[in-house]
Amino acid sequence: MVSPIHLKVNGQPRSDEVEPRLLLVYYLREVLNLTGTHVGCDTSSCGACVVLVDGKAVKSCTMLAVQADGSEITTIEGLANGSELHPIQEGFKEQHGLQCGFCTPGMIMTALQLLERNPDPNEAEIREALDGNYCRCTGYHNVVKAIQYAAKKMKKEVFHD
Amino acid sequence: MTNMIGKPVKRVEDKRFISGKGRYTDDIVLPGMLHAHIIRSHYAHAKILGIDTDQAEKMEGVVAIFTGKDIAEAGINGVPCGWQVDFKNGETMKEPPHPLLVAAKARYMGDAVAVVIAESKALAKDAAEMVMVDYEPLDAIVDAAMAVEDGAPLVHEDIPGNMAFDWELGDREKTNQTMAKAHHTTTLEFVNQRLIPNAIEPRCAIGDYDSTNDKYTLYTSSQNPHLIRLLMCAFVLGIPEHKVRVVSPDVGGGFGSKIFHYTEEALMTWCSKQLGKPIKWTAERSESFMTDCHGRDHVTKAQMGFDENGKIIGLRVKTFANLGAYLSTFAPCVPTYLHGTLLQGLYTTTAIHVDVTGVFTHTTPVDAYRGAGRPEATYLLERLIDKAALEMKVDPAALRFKNFIPPFDGINEPGFQTEVALQYDSGNYAPVLKRAMEMVDYEALREEQASGRNNGKLIGIGISTYIEACGIAPSAVVGSLGARAGLYESAQVRVQPTGKVSVYVGSHAHGQGHETTFAQIVADKFGIAMEDVEIVHGDSESVAFGMGTYGSRSLAVGGSAIMKGIEKVLEKGAKIAAHKLEASENDLEFAEGKWTVKGTDKSISFGDVALTAYVPHNYPEGLEPGMDFASFYDPANFTYPFGAHIAVVEVDKETGKVDLKRFIACDDVGNVINPMIVDGQIHGGVAQGIGQALFEGAIYDESGQLVNGSYMDYTMPRADDLPLFETDRTVTPCPHNPLGVKGAGEAGTIGSAPAVVNAVMDALAPFGIKDLEMPLTPEKVWNAIHNNQ
Amino acid sequence: MIPNKFDYQKATTVEEAIEYLVEYGDEAKLLAGGHSLLPAMKLRLNNPVKLVDINRIPGLKYIREENAMLCLGAATTHYDIESSELVKSKIPMLCQVAASIGDLQVRNMGTIGGSLAHADPAADWPAGMLATEAIIVIQGPEGTKNVPAKDFFMGLYTTALAENEIITEIRIPIPEGNIGTAYAKCVQPASRFALVGCATIISKNNGLCDRVKLAFTGVSVNAFCDEAVEHALTGHAPDVDNITIAAEKAAINVDVLSDHFASENYRRHLAKVYAKKALMEAANNL
Repeated sequence: MVSPIHLKVNGQPRSDEVEPRLLLVYYLREVLNLTGTHVGCDTSSCGACVVLVDGKAVKSCTMLAVQADGSEITTIEGLANGSELHPIQEGFKEQHGLQCGFCTPGMIMTALQLLERNPDPNEAEIREALDGNYCRCTGYHNVVKAIQYAAKKMKKEVFHD
Repeated sequence: MTNMIGKPVKRVEDKRFISGKGRYTDDIVLPGMLHAHIIRSHYAHAKILGIDTDQAEKMEGVVAIFTGKDIAEAGINGVPCGWQVDFKNGETMKEPPHPLLVAAKARYMGDAVAVVIAESKALAKDAAEMVMVDYEPLDAIVDAAMAVEDGAPLVHEDIPGNMAFDWELGDREKTNQTMAKAHHTTTLEFVNQRLIPNAIEPRCAIGDYDSTNDKYTLYTSSQNPHLIRLLMCAFVLGIPEHKVRVVSPDVGGGFGSKIFHYTEEALMTWCSKQLGKPIKWTAERSESFMTDCHGRDHVTKAQMGFDENGKIIGLRVKTFANLGAYLSTFAPCVPTYLHGTLLQGLYTTTAIHVDVTGVFTHTTPVDAYRGAGRPEATYLLERLIDKAALEMKVDPAALRFKNFIPPFDGINEPGFQTEVALQYDSGNYAPVLKRAMEMVDYEALREEQASGRNNGKLIGIGISTYIEACGIAPSAVVGSLGARAGLYESAQVRVQPTGKVSVYVGSHAHGQGHETTFAQIVADKFGIAMEDVEIVHGDSESVAFGMGTYGSRSLAVGGSAIMKGIEKVLEKGAKIAAHKLEASENDLEFAEGKWTVKGTDKSISFGDVALTAYVPHNYPEGLEPGMDFASFYDPANFTYPFGAHIAVVEVDKETGKVDLKRFIACDDVGNVINPMIVDGQIHGGVAQGIGQALFEGAIYDESGQLVNGSYMDYTMPRADDLPLFETDRTVTPCPHNPLGVKGAGEAGTIGSAPAVVNAVMDALAPFGIKDLEMPLTPEKVWNAIHNNQ
Repeated sequence: MIPNKFDYQKATTVEEAIEYLVEYGDEAKLLAGGHSLLPAMKLRLNNPVKLVDINRIPGLKYIREENAMLCLGAATTHYDIESSELVKSKIPMLCQVAASIGDLQVRNMGTIGGSLAHADPAADWPAGMLATEAIIVIQGPEGTKNVPAKDFFMGLYTTALAENEIITEIRIPIPEGNIGTAYAKCVQPASRFALVGCATIISKNNGLCDRVKLAFTGVSVNAFCDEAVEHALTGHAPDVDNITIAAEKAAINVDVLSDHFASENYRRHLAKVYAKKALMEAANNL
């Protein structure tokens, strides 16, 4: 059995026929070749697979592709504006918020949701928002700094606009 | 660009990772690729009575199923061990075969029994469920100290007492005599618990056999592709090395767990040849928990003897090291040469003896995990000295200062010869502890602690100082100690005709930022822009050879190999420059990216010299064209970073929960090329050490089941478990490598766990609690308080 | 981490979903947020033949006040509840419960109805439901019924929900008078479920507690109201001494769970500690 799905991924309309059991993360990785979204666990714990579905940060390993029918999805590949990095991407680079890079896309997408809901989070709020994202490299220190950097920068941008 | 060394240059590799363009092994898709699912024993110890694959073979999309019998019939050897540690009596180390798939017996939960290969991952998994394995479960043994006792179930029938080796270091007689004279003796019996590395990228291997050229390619998430090629070709599959290419692209964290040659790498390579198609295997996280080599797992009794002045005079250690069911690549070396040799610590102890028994159990193989042996040694020393301070009623910092080895730079003063074989390169230990105490404001904190105690607040301050041996390792030395490989590093510095530089390094980066740090060195030495330097790694086809990345060796050993290449380029460049400038080589100086005739404005740029080397129309007679140098660097000694860490905790009396308030790390890793990256390495290391101290630990039940083999049960440190870390450093250059660097990858992990445990013990001191085992979970702490109130 | 094969069906009405449930019996499963079911399916611990997606059924996601009740559509997400001003103004403890679940991503997707139907012994909502005396509205082939929370949770992963029924709404009486509410949770550090979760509502009249509701999750095979604690505080002033005495009665006459994070003894102790924390906080919120 296959089911048709119609959705938008990073602004591009997509129509595909998928097996219902296909997880969204595998649809993104294996059907659309968007391999920036990673699989790090099998218990919805690690957050390497986080994408935005209709503006909400979601663990794409815990969602079926068929559930995303009709949705708009943003992955790490869709975040930059051409060659211009998103402030959160920039924050991760400027503050050395990544080492091996495997958890990074999920971290960035989660940070995006956090800053949308809370543009001026304190350290504790940032750490709490990262409960669903594991990083084994950085000890989270520079991840926190990266998000603080981005928050500052995004506020400035809003101000300039 | 000159003056690039020492600058916090932003990482050049980040662009791809923050854009989703990193390329990890599982991201690779090859035409016609098949997918493998490995069937693993869910028993820790069982006879395999039969495997019925009939139904599974008929299922949709199934291409082949191989079992242990097929592997045995094909005459394939198991994966080898790369380090030999023999018995004290000279008997050879017991080295049981570790087959790619077991045929007769499973020896740990996760042992591979069969592989299903199908057109998709889902179909392989579906079919695997229909493969019927008939097991006869047997009794298992999981505890190393119990495994050597009479009557314990045997992991390998022909290995009595489950002993792989026994080993000792130091002077037993002298130590016993010294300990007998001790004014005070402190004893510690403990388990340094088993950890599961948990790199966030699960392991992945793709075998790709090209029958036209009889050529194999293995893509694998490994920390050292060349070593995998060597081991797999020479010891497992018996295929010629020039017919095998091993690629380790971006790797999502290793921490040691991706050093080793795993069975799946050879299995995918062999299966690909059988089927003539590329085959991918990617671990599910539950497989990672069961099959990535675990770390630590020592059962230890240690005694430290002091004279009447509080000077440490003797140390006696007996350890049972759990090796798991098979010997992994570096397993025998970890509890011996990376543990016993570090028991001098930073102290002037005059008599040391360590005795280690390596033991097989029905558990996942144990090998190097961040720090590998050195965290175990440091934990032992730093818990002992803290416990001794408590018993002798002296300040733990003061006791350490009293016992530190005096400063030596390794140039004017010789290196420090330890009682346990090593000669430290350079060290100046008191300043790191002084600085860490200054950072935490030790005196004020002690006052705060005292007043807190009056108000029922349980504040604890824990110190740990450490030394480690890294920059692994001088080949002749490790060869004499049982290593079956050299531990040099290679680098090829290729100056392109336009003066751009490609450097092919045997070191492998999986988060360490080599593409930046190495490029900084090259840019600095050649006076060119960072953008004009490319660092290439991770592919045996482009990189001549390499021993990979572990043991904090990449900069000290790999960076030194690059330095050798740089010197060769500059030497040849000077010859060409002299010819072009019609001057003597001796009259030239190289700076700011050009050779200048001293005292004149006559100069030629690095790029022009490079071009001349490749377009040698006007060229020194007899000089070879080209500008491309391969170098191997074999270090003269290990390097010895050291440091002091201080943890401040508050324990909640009601729940036993430990709140880590502050963490201070003052480390000395020698010269620093990129302080931003070094700080990042320290942060990550510290977090892993804190993980061991407070959260992590594999739990096996008596039958050998891994009880907490998932993220729902194994506690990983999360962002809100940790504070911001306060770091600083002192600089004591390494005297024996050209960069003066020592290594920073493991320092954080080695120093941090004992600091946290000492802090908790300090908080609990009023209850008379002297000793608790890691991890210090709330229940454990609460029980201790509850039972001592 | 790939589920077994199944047929997927989007239901557009509750009635249609029920028809599938009737037709397929125990081979069918409802998919709401999927954050309890999909993890189990990925590990192949749960293998439905027919998966009925009820996420797109209109009118199952809402938060509104009706006849002195807070009414939550079954497909309302934890995040919707966590961030609801209405819920916060009426029963703030429910926002605490929602905010304590899993992590940000789980709360974005997971639904209150899904969580209740799954009835994990360590899930947070059951405690909140019991303490607020919520009513679970269940629709089946025979029509609709209202099940009080105390009758809903029946055991380990077992509820009053029949195979062919669906939760459509949760109705929570809005307490009147001078009330204080709180949820105190000791987090299982790996999974972030509750080792012990304690939800409470107290109301004060003339300086004394005239009504105390206190429920635990994570402590036993299913969530329960701890009547011993409730009785001990009712009729007394909600001060630290009385709360301490009442909290000491927690989890005395129940079978307490044990695992490698908390033995029976320690968990029972935690129940007392968290009962006290919750009651103290509720008292401070009066």
